[in-house]
Amino acid sequence: MKNWKLAAGLLLSVALPSGANATDLEVTHWWTSGGEAAAVAELAKAFDASGDHWVDGAIAGGGDTARPVMIARITGGDPMGATQFNHGQQALELVQAGLMLDLTDVAEAQKWRDVINPISLLDGCTIDGKVYCAPMNIHSPEWLWINNKIYEDLGIPIPTNWTEFVASAPQVEAAGKIPLALGRQAWQSNLAFNAIAVGIGGLDLWKKVNVDKDMEAAAGPEMLKVFQASADARKLASKSTVQDWNQATNMVITGEAAGQIMGDWAQGEFAVAGKVAGKDYTCLPGLGLNAYLSTGGDAFYFPKLADPEKEAAQKRLAALLVSPDVQVAFNLKKGSLPIRGDIDMSAANDCMKKGLEILKSGNVVPAGDQVWSPDVQTQLGDMQSEFWSGDMTPEDAQARYVEILKTGL
Amino acid sequence: MAGKPRGLRLFRNLNAKVAAVPMVLTTMVVFVGGTLWTVLYSFTNSKLLPRLEFVGIDQYKRLWSNDLWNAAIWNLAFYGVMSLIFTIVMGFVLAVLLDQKIRFEDAFRTIMLYPFALSFIVTGLVWQWILNPEMGIQEVVRRIGFETFTFDPLHNPNTVLYGLLIAGLWQGTGFTMCLMLAGLRGIDEDIWKAARVDGIPKWKTYIYVVIPMMRPVFMTTLVIVAAGIIKLYDLVVAQTSGGPGNASQVPAMYVYRYMFTAQNLGQGFAASTMMLLSVLIVLVPWAYLEFGGKKHG
Repeated sequence: MKNWKLAAGLLLSVALPSGANATDLEVTHWWTSGGEAAAVAELAKAFDASGDHWVDGAIAGGGDTARPVMIARITGGDPMGATQFNHGQQALELVQAGLMLDLTDVAEAQKWRDVINPISLLDGCTIDGKVYCAPMNIHSPEWLWINNKIYEDLGIPIPTNWTEFVASAPQVEAAGKIPLALGRQAWQSNLAFNAIAVGIGGLDLWKKVNVDKDMEAAAGPEMLKVFQASADARKLASKSTVQDWNQATNMVITGEAAGQIMGDWAQGEFAVAGKVAGKDYTCLPGLGLNAYLSTGGDAFYFPKLADPEKEAAQKRLAALLVSPDVQVAFNLKKGSLPIRGDIDMSAANDCMKKGLEILKSGNVVPAGDQVWSPDVQTQLGDMQSEFWSGDMTPEDAQARYVEILKTGL
Repeated sequence: MAGKPRGLRLFRNLNAKVAAVPMVLTTMVVFVGGTLWTVLYSFTNSKLLPRLEFVGIDQYKRLWSNDLWNAAIWNLAFYGVMSLIFTIVMGFVLAVLLDQKIRFEDAFRTIMLYPFALSFIVTGLVWQWILNPEMGIQEVVRRIGFETFTFDPLHNPNTVLYGLLIAGLWQGTGFTMCLMLAGLRGIDEDIWKAARVDGIPKWKTYIYVVIPMMRPVFMTTLVIVAAGIIKLYDLVVAQTSGGPGNASQVPAMYVYRYMFTAQNLGQGFAASTMMLLSVLIVLVPWAYLEFGGKKHG
């Protein structure tokens, strides 16, 4: 009898804690550059500290490489515990096919609708009134990153906007530097073009083309100016032959190139390299011309799993990702903006503060991933990639741009 | 085989037929079934998940009006023609040279065939490094003393296909050479003796006697090389990832990109159906010549 009680006691002591907690969840993402990996480590630390276990499933090669793998696993019946996607239409069909876990109860319990800012991020997760993803951070792609030292050495003022940057390019080139670093992947060409579109074209044009989907504006003379500016920019980038974005950022960090158009995630790379914002490098949101940022971002989706214990762990992770502490720790490392306005980001550096201010003032537009399908985004990337590394005229490029947008109407 | 009938034809050699069932099923379900399924869904507007909503030939219309696809087709055509000519000519010449009863033939054959043991991914990466201006051939020649020497084929849209071609030929020529060598060894010694008696020069014997006799070997080589060219993918991914711009895009990359990255299955299926068609264009005449023309044999 005594033995039996002891055995039962032992069994309980083993079974109870593990039953209530300590569930393994595999999380897939494409955060593999130095700054990104440091940010992911914060998430893993927080999740492990809460009693569960984060199994890291990083997929190298960027979103274009990682997403097919994730989708194949989900549709192929081998779903992971949680997975990164960009806000918007990337996971839309998976949700519609009923493959994703409904997080509405978590969202309501944690009052996501009250704390998340801008609310468009939560709307991007909401389909038919139900919440299917936990927004993680805000990406704004429209930044120009500049190496200060190059300009100090040349004895010319550091550019404060894109126009000055272009004007100073001949001097930079004469000093044997590459004016603009650009990674040769389709999405980076597309990103550079969109940044120039927001900077040169302005907010009204951007909204008309991308939100109202006004094809006449897309074919109009204002948009042609954007293409002409891009044609100028591609000359500045003609000697940049690297592939990955962080290699291009590294060219700016080491002083091989003067500047790069890249999203706020580039900041993580500067931080890992020990550079200080404002002193070693300058960041210009909206290319310094229009202080507007388009706010896409990353979100975590939770595929439906058969195991109810894992489902509970998924919901715990969803709540954790949006919680204030994790938001601060993650975004400081990554250099991206947090998705809630009610947290203390005083530890943020100059660049992030610039971004936070723009966010607070509400000068935001939706990102390409939110307004266009992956199909359109891929075609745009292919087209921009050809435009940026070839000799296509701005007029031809614009005509093709309009044709591609029409496939997404 | 016009012997006396022994029961139903179906039950003859029953053991062998039963043993073949798994392979036949695999072929029917996986290859033929999968192919038919793909062709069927290429007429739908499937996006991320397959859906049976037919849209006629819209996907094909879009495919053929897409600049990227057309560029990919032209790239492949250029690469294919150059690659076919060079692998077969070089393979044959190397085989003839090896066939001169030289010393260390085995060693040479092994060296020539070694690149074929490497995957296209490794080949692509190695040649990406060799052709990289900062650490490859250009740098080596410059260090020797030719300061202005420039050789950077992979970063120029006009020359990138030659860069791919160099890597492809390096990888594939050894294999062609072995096929050709086998063909040469299959030529009867007596033919050579007869040619020598008639006083025909050696090169003439090769061109007018040996090559026509090696027709089956040439056909086989042609089909193997051509089928390999159409599915060209991994070499490009490893060496240039389609760049600079879209200057080295190939159809298989388009298929992958639209099926998975763009989440547009219909478009990817339409593109892969076109690739299947081009493989059939190569295979059907060959199959007809090899298996259909038995009367001549």
